[in-house]
Amino acid sequence: MSKQHASVTNEHKINYILYLADSTLILSHRNSEWCGHAPIIEQDIALTNIALDLLGQARSFYQYAATLIGNNVTEDSLAYLRIENEYKNLLLTELPNDDWANTILKQFYFSVYQYYLYQQLLNNSDEQIVAIANKAIKEVVYHVRWSGEWVVRLGDGTAESHQRMKNAIENLKNYIGEMFIAADFETALQIDVNNIQQQWQEKVNATFAEATLPLPENIFNHTGGKNGVHTEYLGYILTEMQYLQRTYPNAVW
Amino acid sequence: MDLEKLATNFQQKINEEIKIEPKDWMPDAYRKTNIRQISQHAHSEIVGMLPEGNWITRAPSLKRKAILLAKIQDEAGHGLYLYSAAETLGISREEMLEQLHTGKAKYSSIFNYPSLTWADMGAIGWLVDGAAIVNQIILCRTSYGPYSRAMIRICKEESFHQRQGFEILWVLSQGTKEQKAMCQDAINRWWWPSLMMFGPKDDESPNTAQSLAWKIKIKTNDELRQQFVDMIAEQVKVLGMTLPDPNLKWNTKKLHYDFGEINWQEFWNVVNGNGPCNKQRLNARIKAHKDGAWVREAASAYAAKKNQPQSKVA
Ligand SMILES: [Fe+2]
Ligand SMILES: [Fe+2]
Ligand SMILES: [Fe+2]
Repeated sequence: MSKQHASVTNEHKINYILYLADSTLILSHRNSEWCGHAPIIEQDIALTNIALDLLGQARSFYQYAATLIGNNVTEDSLAYLRIENEYKNLLLTELPNDDWANTILKQFYFSVYQYYLYQQLLNNSDEQIVAIANKAIKEVVYHVRWSGEWVVRLGDGTAESHQRMKNAIENLKNYIGEMFIAADFETALQIDVNNIQQQWQEKVNATFAEATLPLPENIFNHTGGKNGVHTEYLGYILTEMQYLQRTYPNAVW
Repeated sequence: MDLEKLATNFQQKINEEIKIEPKDWMPDAYRKTNIRQISQHAHSEIVGMLPEGNWITRAPSLKRKAILLAKIQDEAGHGLYLYSAAETLGISREEMLEQLHTGKAKYSSIFNYPSLTWADMGAIGWLVDGAAIVNQIILCRTSYGPYSRAMIRICKEESFHQRQGFEILWVLSQGTKEQKAMCQDAINRWWWPSLMMFGPKDDESPNTAQSLAWKIKIKTNDELRQQFVDMIAEQVKVLGMTLPDPNLKWNTKKLHYDFGEINWQEFWNVVNGNGPCNKQRLNARIKAHKDGAWVREAASAYAAKKNQPQSKVA
């Protein structure tokens, strides 16, 4: 970040807001890949709705970050003109959709995390962050319910859906931990990741029990997203997303 | 009541503009024509999500991305209303999808054209949704009640679709040299196909006479097409762009625009499966349906379990 007079806290705050923005934008991008291709129209609409909510949240965060950064930075320059190692999103959010079970579980993990995180942010000292969290949490309540109901439905549906959920649990298990390992900017902002983790785990345990699904075992934590070290997938996402802005620099759309 | 009396009553209702409702008696052919037309319309909404869906992940700004997502989501909603309207005539959604996937049912041919640049999102909204609105505003008065009511709901959302499309093109028309070229190119490619959306010429449209008598249709294909040409020929001036038709000219006697001959050979080719994207579009729908089968099965298995009182399912 090329801000000359930024204090340490401001620097951390900007990075933290970008972390929130990037994670929501990238998961929104993945969800939007389903648009027109979901298993049934009603669910196509529901998932697109979540993509739209997440995109809206990302825009609020980017717009706020842009005001803190200054220098003619905009929501679009933040989304479209930063490269892979400047993105701070969770690795979980950039993973491919794979099947409906994997998509649902990714969303469920992330939404439950967002829910407890935003609850904590409601007490943040920054009014703007409180305002964004306050608006977003109403949406997230619905995302948790929608994805949680699907976890139960698929876990306790047919033998095939149960097996596919188990595969998804296996696929994603090493990307859970990153949510709860504090990056510098989280520590600086006094985000209590342990508290979020505890509540997250309780909610997941309860939902998995209802879904007759086993909890993940033998977990290894892949990390790096928060500090700009990503999977190979992110490069392709950004290549696609940023194509027009990169091809026609300074054009207005 | 005997059949003749029923038929007379039915036609009388139509003449008096009283809507036909699902439980009313109706001639078999009326039922069939409505099923064909409403399901075809529903399929068009759903298949129509694909060419625009093609640009969601590449939308050039976050604002444009949000508008495009919301627009495509609307189309999914339109598909839902229309499938429900068709279901009131005694056909299931599953059957209708089956007909789409086997090629027995058609969808609007316009969606068999590719969306090649961002400007196509503008041209589709402006021209394709624009043509759809001309069709649909008149369909709000169609004689079958559930179809008419679905169209009224849909029309409320469609004008936003056309506006967002026009706005995309407007911004491009004010932009760089490359953006202007992109804008004109998209208009050139979408103009003729959008004229084809109104269907064959009246004298070659086999179903028109009966549909008009039953007020399933209110105006003929050619009347609606003319109305569309008159509207777009004016709007294109605002963009500072042109329509790719050397014969387009205001006719001071008719008080309408004259326009050139549509390439009907191309029209029938696309209808019969030889458009640039027919296979791609249909395959995408079939794949989504097939890949989703296990999800739908799981959902109904779970619902069935939960509706069984007291049965303990581990
Ligand atoms: Fe529509
Ligand atoms: Fe339509
Ligand atoms: Fe539309």
